[in-house]
Amino acid sequence: MDLTFLLMTLLKIVLICFVFAMILGAILTWGERKLSAVVQDRIGPNRASILGVTALGLMHPIADMLKAFTKEDFVPAGANRFLFAMAPMLAMVPPLVVFAVVPFGPGPDFVIAPLDTGVLFIFAIGGMGIYGATLGGWSSNNSFALLGSLRAAAQMISYEVSMGLNLVGIFMIFGTVSLSNIVLGQGQLLWGWLPMWGIVVQPVAFILFMTASMAENKRAPFDLPEGESEILGYNLEYSSMRFALFFLSEFVEIVVIAAMAATLFFGGWQIPWVDPQGTAGGWITVGQVAAFVGKVVFLCWVQLIIRWTLPRFRYDQVMALGWKYLLPLSLLNIVATAVVLAML
Amino acid sequence: MGKLVDRPEPDVMIQSYLPEVWNGMKRVSKHFFANLLMKKGYVTIQYPEQKIDYAPRFRGNHRLMHREDGTVRCVACFLCSTACPADCISIVAGETDNRDVEKAPVKFEIDHLRCIFCGFCEEACPCDAIRLDSGEHRVPAFTRKDEMSGKEDLLSRGGPSISKQGGEFK
Ligand code: SF4
Ligand code: SF4
Repeated sequence: MDLTFLLMTLLKIVLICFVFAMILGAILTWGERKLSAVVQDRIGPNRASILGVTALGLMHPIADMLKAFTKEDFVPAGANRFLFAMAPMLAMVPPLVVFAVVPFGPGPDFVIAPLDTGVLFIFAIGGMGIYGATLGGWSSNNSFALLGSLRAAAQMISYEVSMGLNLVGIFMIFGTVSLSNIVLGQGQLLWGWLPMWGIVVQPVAFILFMTASMAENKRAPFDLPEGESEILGYNLEYSSMRFALFFLSEFVEIVVIAAMAATLFFGGWQIPWVDPQGTAGGWITVGQVAAFVGKVVFLCWVQLIIRWTLPRFRYDQVMALGWKYLLPLSLLNIVATAVVLAML
Repeated sequence: MGKLVDRPEPDVMIQSYLPEVWNGMKRVSKHFFANLLMKKGYVTIQYPEQKIDYAPRFRGNHRLMHREDGTVRCVACFLCSTACPADCISIVAGETDNRDVEKAPVKFEIDHLRCIFCGFCEEACPCDAIRLDSGEHRVPAFTRKDEMSGKEDLLSRGGPSISKQGGEFK
């Protein structure tokens, strides 16, 4: 392993994980409040300013961060201090690690680790996200937090199943689990004109995937583990930056879901009909990276809109939706895909 | 026997949930883009800079009324603090130079953090001394002490009352 490779990889990690994911996540904390305000005919955050510059309220994430850093860091009596300190990190790290295999552009230069087992890696790492929520509630010695973490564990495990099964159709069609190859495969044209994007060949899987992954992310309408009005949730005892980590991890996860959906269902960095093999270089490559970022931002926006559209489910409804509807539907989708593939 | 309410099962379109989700998203995005592009729909009032008038029946903070000579009208009878359900009026009665009345408050303090602005004190007062009609909104404060209104503060908002005090006794 030579030094340039190491430096390049480090640079990519910083650029993708910290610059792209974290900053987009931080902006989303503002975006969520601003969007909720705008759809409710309000103005939203617009007061925080640096030397009078408010930038539409974009200074609020900075103000929030300063506030989180200066608040008292409270650990409840009887808490398991080690796990209590560990849980926010366990919530924050997996979403960032997932970006290691997401291709931001054509070729191995635009992905941190071009793994052949890309999607499986994502599921392996993404499954660890459960620990953050579960340990956070369990270690804080509070029955309501424990209830929240139990809900989180049950919900995330249930939806993890159908989330994985939803993608099987994609694997079958493109014959690979490597994200880079799936994106390349989506550059093909159907009947000579229709880009073979995942959403075109697997529309049902896309809807199921978005549902399952929003449930994974524990956001409304699936925010039962937090359930402000009933149990206050697994992060009940957290304060200051530890709470902020839980909070931010949710927003980074929005970016992860958007990036995965963009890669698997919206053709990744593909611009329809332009250079499907990604060999052109130059400005076309820049455009392709920009296309990917644009798709991610759009899918983040869709998730925020869904979150501000739907009310919260009841817990038994969440479980019923996961096991009685999503799971059979994803299995049916696999069977249907297999039948169609066999007939072609 | 209660009345049987007919609750029709929601039809398939509603039960399958997705069309309704789509409709909801359409509505929410409509608001989003309409507000983003035209900026007309906002109902927000930028509060400290921009204020709207209160309704005419808004009453606001307490005040203590004056006699003709400007002294406090209150006779420290404790009726208001007895009536107060929040137990937030503390009065210390003292001597007064005015020969017409027996007592006057030395200290008259209202804890606005406990007050529920019910107006019972005003109703209880026999002398029209305490009123809740200053028309001022309670101002937030940084310390608990700042939320206590003393006699001077309450008097500074007061004015002369037109009701005759003390009857015919002279
Ligand atoms: S308004 Fe009600 S709560 Fe407030 S001081 Fe008067 S009686 Fe007490
Ligand atoms: S304000 Fe009125 S009710 Fe209260 S002590 Fe004074 S005279 Fe009595």
